[in-house]
Amino acid sequence: MTDLEEIQTFIDRFVRQGMRGALLPLLHAVQEEFGHVDPKAVPLIADALNLSRAEVHGVISFYHDFRTAAPARHVVKLCRAESCQSRGSAAIEAELSRHLGVAMGNSRKDGQVALEPVYCLGLCAIGPNALVDDRPVARIDSAAVERITSEVEA
Amino acid sequence: MTRVFVSKDMASVALGADGLARAFADAGCEVVRTGSRGLFSIEPLVEVETDGARIAYGPVGPGDVAAVLDGSHPARIGAIEAHPFFASQQRFTFARCGVTDPLNLADYAANGGWKGLEAAFSLSPQEVVDAVKASGLRGRGGAGFPTGIKWQTVLDTDADEKFIVCNADEGDSGTFADRMLMEGDPYCLIEGMAIAGHAVGATHGYIYIRSEYPFAIEAMREAIARSAGKVAPFTLEVRVGAGAYVCGEETALLDSIEGRRGQVRAKPPLPAIEGLWGKPTVINNVLSLAAVPFILAEGAQAYADVGFGRSRGTMPIQIAGNVKNGGLYEVGFGVTLGELVDEIGGGTASGRPVRAVQVGGPLGAYFPPSMFHLPFDYEAFAQAGGLIGHAGITVFDDSVDMAHMARFAMEFCAVESCGKCTPCRIGSTRGVELIDRIVAKAPRESGALEAMPQIRNTKGAARTHDEEIDLLRDLCDTMKYGSLCALGGFTPYPVLSALDHFREDFGGASALPEAAE
Ligand SMILES: Cc1cc2nc3c(=O)[nH]c(=O)nc-3n(C[C@H](O)[C@H](O)[C@H](O)COP(=O)(O)O)c2cc1C
Ligand code: SF4
Ligand code: FES
Repeated sequence: MTDLEEIQTFIDRFVRQGMRGALLPLLHAVQEEFGHVDPKAVPLIADALNLSRAEVHGVISFYHDFRTAAPARHVVKLCRAESCQSRGSAAIEAELSRHLGVAMGNSRKDGQVALEPVYCLGLCAIGPNALVDDRPVARIDSAAVERITSEVEA
Repeated sequence: MTRVFVSKDMASVALGADGLARAFADAGCEVVRTGSRGLFSIEPLVEVETDGARIAYGPVGPGDVAAVLDGSHPARIGAIEAHPFFASQQRFTFARCGVTDPLNLADYAANGGWKGLEAAFSLSPQEVVDAVKASGLRGRGGAGFPTGIKWQTVLDTDADEKFIVCNADEGDSGTFADRMLMEGDPYCLIEGMAIAGHAVGATHGYIYIRSEYPFAIEAMREAIARSAGKVAPFTLEVRVGAGAYVCGEETALLDSIEGRRGQVRAKPPLPAIEGLWGKPTVINNVLSLAAVPFILAEGAQAYADVGFGRSRGTMPIQIAGNVKNGGLYEVGFGVTLGELVDEIGGGTASGRPVRAVQVGGPLGAYFPPSMFHLPFDYEAFAQAGGLIGHAGITVFDDSVDMAHMARFAMEFCAVESCGKCTPCRIGSTRGVELIDRIVAKAPRESGALEAMPQIRNTKGAARTHDEEIDLLRDLCDTMKYGSLCALGGFTPYPVLSALDHFREDFGGASALPEAAE
C-alpha cells in the first residue's frame, strides 16, 4: 500500500511544472515512482489536472502500459510480432512459459515474475527478442531461456 | 592510446556490445560508443583506428580483444565501407549513423551537421518549403504524402501558434530505422525539425516516442538538452507513448499528446490546419524529417536525382525476420524485392527456402517469391495490392503457416483497435473466429435464429468451407471500406494477400494456382 499523502505530494510537485497535456507524463511518472497507478490516486490526479475521474480512468485503461496493481518483482516482456514469429518466437514463448511457470500475460502467484507480451522492440532482424527487466535480450534460444529463468528466480 | 569504436545501439547492446566495450576499455583502449552501422550479422562489431583508418572486426566478443588489437583475428572485415552490404548503399539520411559519437556536438558539426539548418536560415520560409517540394520527398511513415505540400498548408494557415510533431511511434513489426536514427544520429532529427519550424513558423516541437524504445528516449532527451542553444528560439520536448499501436496514427497521436485516449479523429479538419490543441501542425515521421537536412545542405536536386518514378530520393529499408543479412539498407527507390531479400539479405537465416515476405508492417501484404520482380516504389506496391509502409521487410521460410499469419493480423487489429468504429472493433474479432473455423474445417452450423420461419434471407443450413472463405472476403471488404483509419482499413491486406497467394494453407479443395508469372 502506498501512502496517499505521498502520492499527493508527488503529484503536486509534478503539476507545478505547468506542462501542457500533462496526463500521460504524470501517469508515467507516478508509475515509475510507485510501481503502479493505484486506483485511489485517480481522484487526486483528476483534481490536480482539473479533469473528471472518468477521463483519468479512461486514459489508464486505454493504454497497455499503465498498471493498476503492483507488478511482479521481475518482468519478462517477450515480443510476439511477425518478425520474431518468423524466427521461432512461438516455440520460445511456450518454452519460457513452461520454465517460468506462468502463462503469457500473467504474473506468477508468488509475485516473483510476470510474462508479458510486447509487439515489436525494433530488434526485428535478431529475434526472438525480449526485455528482461528493461534489459534487451536478442536471439533467444533454449539456452537463453534457461539463463533468463535462473536470472529472474534469483 | 588506441581508439576503438563500439555501437551502443539497443540491438548491439542486446547482442553483447556493452561487454565488448568494457573489455576494450579494460585493455587500455579509448572506446567511442557510436550508433550501429546497421548489419547485425557482423555484430558485436568493433572498429579499430589504425593509421587514421578504421578496421572492422565482427562478430567478436570480450575474449577476442587481444587478437583484434594485434590484427590477427580471423573475423577481420577491413574498412566497413568496402563491405558488400555497405558499398552498394546510398546513405543520405544515415550518413553519420555508426560513424560518429551520437551525442558529440563537435563530431556532428565536423561531419556535415547543421549545414542544412544554416542554409535554411539564409532562405525565406517559402523558399525552404519550395526546396522540400522540389526534392520530391514523400512521407516515410506510410502514406507517402508529399512533405512539401503538407508544410505549405501549415505555412499558409494563419495562427498565433503552430507546432512540429515528430511521429516516432514506429509500431510496425519489422521496422527499426526510426529507432536507429534517434539513437545513432539524434541531432539529424533535431536539425530537420528546426528546419521545419523555420519553414512554417512554428517555435515548439514534440517528439512522440514509443515506450518500447528506452534507449532512443534517453538519447533524444540528452541531445535536445545539449543542442538547445543551436536551434533556439525553436524548442523541443520528448513525449513517451504508453504501448498503444494506434497512437502511431497521426490524429490519435495528437490526442495522446494532449493527454487523452489515443483515439482517431475524423478528417477533415486536417492536422495541418487544426492539429495539436487546434493549432496548425506539421506531423511527420522521423525519416521524413531526418531527410530534410540533406535536402537543404546538398540541394533538392541532389535528392531528387535518385529514385524511381514518383518515388524520389532514398529509402532506409529494414530487412528483418528470418533473413541472413538483416539490417538497415538505405538506397534509392527502384531496387527490387528479390534483390533485397535474396541478394542483399542473402536468403533465410534458417537456410530453408523463402516462402513469403511481408512488406510494410502488420498492415502490409504478404508476397510470394513469384512477385520478387516488384520494384520498391509506392505506386508499384499499391498496384500489386500492397504497400511500402515504413519499408520494413519481414522474411519467412517455408515453415510458415499463412492461415496462422492471417489470423494473427486480425488478432493484432482486435488488440490494438481504438474502438471508434465498428468494422475494426468488432470485425477483427469476428475475423479471428472465422479464420479459426476455416482452419478447423468446422463451418458455422445454422443457429436457432436462421431456422425461424420469419428469417428468409439465410439458407438455414450449415455453411460450406467455400462460403466461409467468401464470408472472410466480404468481412475484409467491409473493414477496408468502412473503417475510419488504416488500422481497420488495411488489416485486410495481410489477410487477403495470404488468402490469394497461399490459399492452400486455408484448406479446402479450390486452391488458386500460383499468381501469374
Ligand atoms: C494504425 C496506424 C499506425 C501508424 N503508425 C505510424 C508510426 O508508427 N509512425 C509513423 O510515422 N506513421 C504512422 N502512421 C501514419 C501516420 O498516420 C501519418 O501518416 C504519418 O505520421 C505522417 O507522416 P509522414 O507524412 O512523414 O509519413 C500510422 C497510421 C496508422 C493508421
Ligand atoms: S479503424 Fe480501428 S483504429 Fe482506426 S479509427 Fe476505426 S476503430 Fe479506431
Ligand atoms: S518483431 Fe520482435 S522485435 Fe520487432
